[in-house]
This record gives sequence, structure tokens and C-alpha cells, in this order.
Amino acid sequence: MSPNPADTLPRKSIEHLEMRGIVKRFPGVLANNHVNFDVRSGEVHTLLGENGAGKSTLMKILYGLYQQDQGDILINGERVSIQSPSDAIKLGIGMIHQHFMLVPTLTVAENVALGLRSSREPLMDLERVSARIHELSEIYGLRVNPDAYVWQLAVGEQQRVEIIKTLYRDVSLLILDEPTAVLTPQEVDQLFGTLRQMTADGHSLIFISHKLHEVLAISDRITVLRDGSLVGSIPTGEATRENLAQMMVGREVVYSRPIQAVEVGEPRLVLRDVSAISDRETKALSNINLEIRGGQILGIAGVSGNGQRELAQVISGLRPLTSGSILLDDQNIAGWGVKSLRDAGLAFIPEERMRDGAIKDFTVAENLILQEHDVEPYSHGIFLDFRAIAERCQELIASFNIKTPSQETTLKSLSGGNIQKLIMARELARNPNVLVASQPTRGVDIGATEYIHQRILEQRQLGTATLLISEDLDEILALSDEIAVMYEGEIVGIVRRGDATVEELGLMMAGVRPQPQAESA
Amino acid sequence: MSSQPVIKSRLEGVLLRLLPLFAVLLAFLVGAVMLFALGANPLTAYLALLNGAFGSVNALAETTVKAIPLLLVGIGITISFRAKVINIGGEGQMVVGALAATAVALAFPDLPPIAMIPLTLLAGFVTGGLYGALPGALKAYFQVNEILSTIMLNIVAVQAMNFLLRGIMIDPQQAELGARIPQTMRLPASADLPILIRGTRLHAGVLIALLAAVAVYILLWRTTLGYRIRAVGLNPDASRYAGIHVKRYVVLALTLSGAFAGLAGAILVFGSESHRMVTDGSTTGFTGSAGFNGIVAALFGGLHPIGTIPASFLFGALLVGANKLQRVAQVPSALITALNGLVVVFVVSIENWRNRRVAARIAARISVDSEPDALLESSDTAGATTLGTK
Repeated sequence: MSPNPADTLPRKSIEHLEMRGIVKRFPGVLANNHVNFDVRSGEVHTLLGENGAGKSTLMKILYGLYQQDQGDILINGERVSIQSPSDAIKLGIGMIHQHFMLVPTLTVAENVALGLRSSREPLMDLERVSARIHELSEIYGLRVNPDAYVWQLAVGEQQRVEIIKTLYRDVSLLILDEPTAVLTPQEVDQLFGTLRQMTADGHSLIFISHKLHEVLAISDRITVLRDGSLVGSIPTGEATRENLAQMMVGREVVYSRPIQAVEVGEPRLVLRDVSAISDRETKALSNINLEIRGGQILGIAGVSGNGQRELAQVISGLRPLTSGSILLDDQNIAGWGVKSLRDAGLAFIPEERMRDGAIKDFTVAENLILQEHDVEPYSHGIFLDFRAIAERCQELIASFNIKTPSQETTLKSLSGGNIQKLIMARELARNPNVLVASQPTRGVDIGATEYIHQRILEQRQLGTATLLISEDLDEILALSDEIAVMYEGEIVGIVRRGDATVEELGLMMAGVRPQPQAESA
Repeated sequence: MSSQPVIKSRLEGVLLRLLPLFAVLLAFLVGAVMLFALGANPLTAYLALLNGAFGSVNALAETTVKAIPLLLVGIGITISFRAKVINIGGEGQMVVGALAATAVALAFPDLPPIAMIPLTLLAGFVTGGLYGALPGALKAYFQVNEILSTIMLNIVAVQAMNFLLRGIMIDPQQAELGARIPQTMRLPASADLPILIRGTRLHAGVLIALLAAVAVYILLWRTTLGYRIRAVGLNPDASRYAGIHVKRYVVLALTLSGAFAGLAGAILVFGSESHRMVTDGSTTGFTGSAGFNGIVAALFGGLHPIGTIPASFLFGALLVGANKLQRVAQVPSALITALNGLVVVFVVSIENWRNRRVAARIAARISVDSEPDALLESSDTAGATTLGTK
């Protein structure tokens, strides 16, 4: 291929790209810990790992969005410095982001030409661009109409435009950040066809995903990251779902403390055939059946984005069900508002705590009364009772060990762990019958994590039925009496504490149903 | 951390708070250039302005009278902006409030003052509120942008005003004369707002406005209603998760905002010298742009009802002092409008700059805390700073 040099940047062929000993620190987090990674021309190299494993950070370094604290990037054996995405593009590195970078009100051809010099400045040369788009779509099987407006295109088509954009710029190495997350299975097949054509032409591809079957289908090599460190790098021929799952999640599981036996009570939260749709109107939950008894913790394990968020929202009255019923202490609560649910004894710790759980410009006290500001003793009639609020907040701050200069401190100056303790304090203060806790310790320091775990276990002693949703498998294993695994909106299986091995759970998280001896949903 | 940066940071905090006054000075500086270009001595001109606004009891009374509608509109704006609802419809809400209050006074001319005054003011309050509720409901339930709808409703209101003041509400004398100036007859004296200082125009509206400002302060910071309005404005997601009906409070905030503008409109009629509702066919002809200037007063007052009191007084002083300036310096009246405009432009742009500065200060403080959570929240800024330091 030799495109018109006026249209495109001169081609930079990347025969071999290597990232060597990359270290990236954020305040309080080691996002990449001496990571080595390389990719050769004509190969698909997959970067695999759980959320927060450091995949995105590594790729953002490669694309110039972040700078590494230590380590080198070498192209064809030569050290290069990538200070910005425009440096990366000049070197022949392209990236397809999860969120597309297209201008919806422009046509496909205009989007492709955006930011490039026209061959007849100052006029546009859209005919020439369109012709080249046609050529590229022929070669790579990317069906797109250059004259269509981007806002009219389906998600899959928009992704094809993004790929064409990079091909038009003659990118030699392409990073695809979870490209299949938004696609239907048919579109995934088409995409893979395109990717194979690209590697056949000598492009290098870095594929980021956590869907094991796709990874196995498309990659030549697989590198696994965990907690910012390299776990290993293997050719796809040697990889199986089992060993990949183990590499992803298979650290030594430490049962932090023996769980005390609790007398299990009546079912307090029961889900029968619950289905719901996501914000994108696709199926998010299909026929979920769960039962949690008083004094029991049910852990929901699974790779994120498999319906956990919607499950929590459906129970908390924040998302309508399309079918099924939810019983809270034998009352059908489907369709109830948030307020009535709280009055019925439901407490909810949302996963996005800064967005959904607290108000960062409110004070500590104002946040502590978020749900109960309109009931005694916090208010009488329409007037807030500041003395009662101050007294009660003092109690909560002390008993939940929230470290804050004062009640009047605005929330945003507290640490993540203390904000989460504040939310716990608010939710647990009324001794709820049912607790839904989503990612209760994500991004929280170890001390606060321990404390939060202890509180959840105390609540279990008090007879609360707890639904614990977490991407942290250690946390699930440490706290749960039973573990249900979700995959693509379904419960793949439910196993009892002690019966669960990490390998089995890892397989179930990849969508493999358990063997008959395990209890099935 | 050594003490010097702390002091520096404190000082910066104080300076940031004083910025609005700085903006006024800057506007005056540019105004001085304009005055100079017109051949007037800026110093004399500004002294005339000061004298006109504060120089005598009458000047102070006039300044206060001008401040009343600004304060009432401003506290309403404070409520809506606290709920993150942008109300640009103060003008229209003033007009409909005034129309309703005037209609009540015309319909029941025999009521004694004790019944007349509360009833007319209530009519203005309620009608202004309903006129605010409309765009509020459109925003909450049909996702109609409230900036657009409130501006459009201003246009509807002015046409309704012209229709009524030239039609059924017109002064019979005007109809007879055939002059058809859009104004009502002299309204019943029982509706007149009592004059507080004999010989001036200072009327009881100022007491109502001050009381209203205190009431709005209590509403926003002492009641569950105000708590929810502020919660919805600061974080609608968390509010929804906490069981607050977000849409309901969006509507309520715009309703209250409109209500105070409506009250301002009513007071403008019954506190006026002519004791009638009169216009020149435009909204400004009736409101004197108080519906817009009230927004500036509210922003100037830090979106706090108590802060809006001095802010309204300042803008009232500008309006009154400008007349004197015009007479003394012999400059075209357009210059006065330009000067007012300059103050608004400088205050608003400095306000934006200040908000960004304050946000940056907060971001800096969070990154010092070195918490992974703060990082998640401001990952973009984190990326930007690392880019910058390398």
C-alpha cells in the first residue's frame, strides 16, 4: 500500500515495539510495577486483567496520555519518547478508545479528514477522502458510507469509522481498548475479520479485553496483568480458559478471619425470575433467582459489566424490572420507590460512592443525614434540628471511626476510606433488614477495608441479609456464606462457602456452567 | 508544609472573595476611558455618580427603591441556581406577577389596605410562581432546556402585557383621548405601599424584600425543603439514590424563583410614583431590566440571600447615580447603559475565572491528600499535571 503522501502521514513501520520496566505511580497507588510488554508486526497481542489491574494505564502511557515514572519504550530497538498522543500518532501508534472520538454532526468522510491537511488547501478534498475510504473498506471489509452522518450510525458502524480513521492515517500499531464491549456477536465476528486482515498486512495490534473466549479466538499471544504487575505472557496455543482465569484472579486466597457461625433466619430477600434492561436498552438481567436469609451474606462474583450494577439498582428501586418479583420480608417490593424501600428496612451502598452515595460539596453532617433529614429527631416539621443532628452525627463519627476535622468539614476533603465509612455509618445506623453493598471497599485503603468488612460481618450477626457485590474475589471469598456468579446477566451458578475454588469461580466468571455436583441456579 | 505557603494560600482565599469589587473597579476604569473620549472629566463624573447615589436622604431612598426589585429577583435566582436551574425568565415573571396584582387591585377597588396589600402581593407572588413552574415542569418532565424556555416565556409575557394594557386593562382616559399609551388607570389608593420617609419615594417594599431575603436564607439552610433543593443542585444522582424526588425539587426551585420575581413585579407597580402599571411596549419599559440585573446581583452576592442584599444596593446605586452622572457630565444616556453593561460583563467573567481558581485550589488540596479515591475522581487533572511536570 502506498497512499498519497499528501493525504496521510508518512508511514512509520513498527517491526517491534517494546515497553521495558514501566513503572507508573499515582498518589497512593502503584498502577504499573516494572511491567514489560512487547508486540511484533503482524501479531495480535492481548492484554488481559481485571479492572484496575493496570492495563489502561500501560496503554495510556504508550499512547502518550500519561508519562511513565520509570522504564523505556523502544521502537525497532530505538528508545523513543512519547509525550502526547500526537507524538504517538507520528510514530505510527493509534488507539481506539472505548468511548469513540467522533464528531456526531459531521459525515464519516469529514470525521476521517478532521485534523489532516487537505491536498488542496485551503479547500477540502472530501472526494479524494471518500475514494480512499472506499478503498480501505474494500480491503478490510469495513462497510461504511463516507457520506453518512456519524450520529446516524449504529455503535458498530461508528467503531468501523474509528478503525478507518487510524488506517487512513497509516497507523502501524493499533491499540483496541475493549473493542467488543459494545458489539453484538455478529459484529464481533466482522471485527475479527478486519483485525486478521490488518495483521496479514503487517499491522501490530494490542487487544484489551477480559472476555476469555474472544481473547482465545483472536490473539497470538496473551499477557496477564494483576494489581499493576506482570503475571505472565504466554502464546495462545498454550492458553486455556482455566489457566487464564487462574492467572487473572488466582492469587493466594487469604481467609482474613474465621467467620462465626450464625443462626440463619427466614428468607429476607428473595428474587424470582427477575429481568431488567440496561440503560442502552439491551438485556441486563435475565431470570435472576436468588434467596438470602437473615444472618447470611450472599456474594455476587463476576467480571464487571455482567449485570451486577443493574442487579443492585433493581433491588434498590432505582431501575424498573421488566418481569419477576422481589420479596423483602415477604412483601413484594417490585416497583417501590427508594423512600418506601428505605422505610421497609433496605440499606444500599452504591458502587460509585462519589456520584451516587454522597454529595461532595455538602458537609459531613449534611451527608450523614442524607436519607433521614426529614424524620425525627433530625427535623421537626420542615425545620432541621441542628442540635439533634450534631449530637447524632457526633455519635456516628465516633462509632464508625470516621476521621474528619469536624462535622462541618466538606466531604470532598475526606479520604476515600473515610467517605465510605461515612456512607456505611449512614446506611447501617438504622440496623437494616437487608443490605445491598456494591464494591464496598473499592479504592479504599487497607485499614478502612478491614473496618468495613468487620462492620458487614457484625451486621450479619444482627440478622441482616446482605447482598455483597464485588469485583474483588478475595473480598467475596472472605465474607460470603454463598457465592453466586454472574455472567451476561444470568446467574451461572451458586456455590457454598468452602466448596468454591478460585479455579471454578474463574471458569464460571467466564461463563462456563459448573459441573452437575455443584448446585445450579 | 511550611507556614509561608499557608499564609499565601489564605491571602489568596481572601483576595478571591474580594474579586467582585475588583471587577467593579475595572469596569469603572474602562468607563473612565470612555468618559475621557467623550470629553468629560471622569473624576467629576464619578463624583457625581457617588453623590447621586448616596449624597442625600433622597438619593439614598432612590437607591433603595431601585434595589428592591433587584433584591427580590436576586433571592429567587439564588434559589433556582442553588438547585442548578438557570432562570433567565425573571423579566417575564415580573411582568405576569405585576399584571395579576394589578388585575386584583382593579377588580376589587373597595378593599381596605389591610386586605388589599396582602392580596395584591400574594397575587403577584403566586402568578409569578406559576409562570416559573411552567418551564420548571418542562425541564423536569420533558427535558426542555430551561434557559431557552424562560427566555421564550419572557417574550410571551411582554406580548400579554401589551395586549392587556392596550386592551381591557387600559386607563379609560387614555382610551377616550385615543392616545392609547399602554398603562392602567391610577390604581386604588388602598393598594399603595406605605411611604416610609415622608418626602421620598422610599416605600414599605424594602421591608418586604429584606424579610424575604431572611426567609429565603432560612428556607435554604434551615429547612428540609432547602436542604433538598441544595442536595439536588449539588448532586442529583446521590439525591435520587437517597430517595429525594429530584424532578419535584427542580420544579419547586423554579416556582419559588418565579414567585419572588412576581412579587418584585407587584411591588414595582404599587411602589411606583404614578401608582399604575405602565410600559413603553417593551419588557424593560416596565421592569427596567430588573429581571436580568437581579441575576447579576445574585451572582455578585455569592448566590446567598444575605449577600444579595448589599449586591442589590450596589446595583441600585449604579442605576440612580448614573442619572446624576449624565446630567453633570453631559454625556449621552447610552454611556450610562454601557457602564452598567461593563460592570455586568466584568463581574460575570471574573466570577467565572474565580470559580475556576477555586476549583483548582480544591484540586490541589485533594492531590496533596494523596488518596486513590481523589485520584479516580480527578484522573483527568492528574493526567494533565503529570504531562505538565515532565
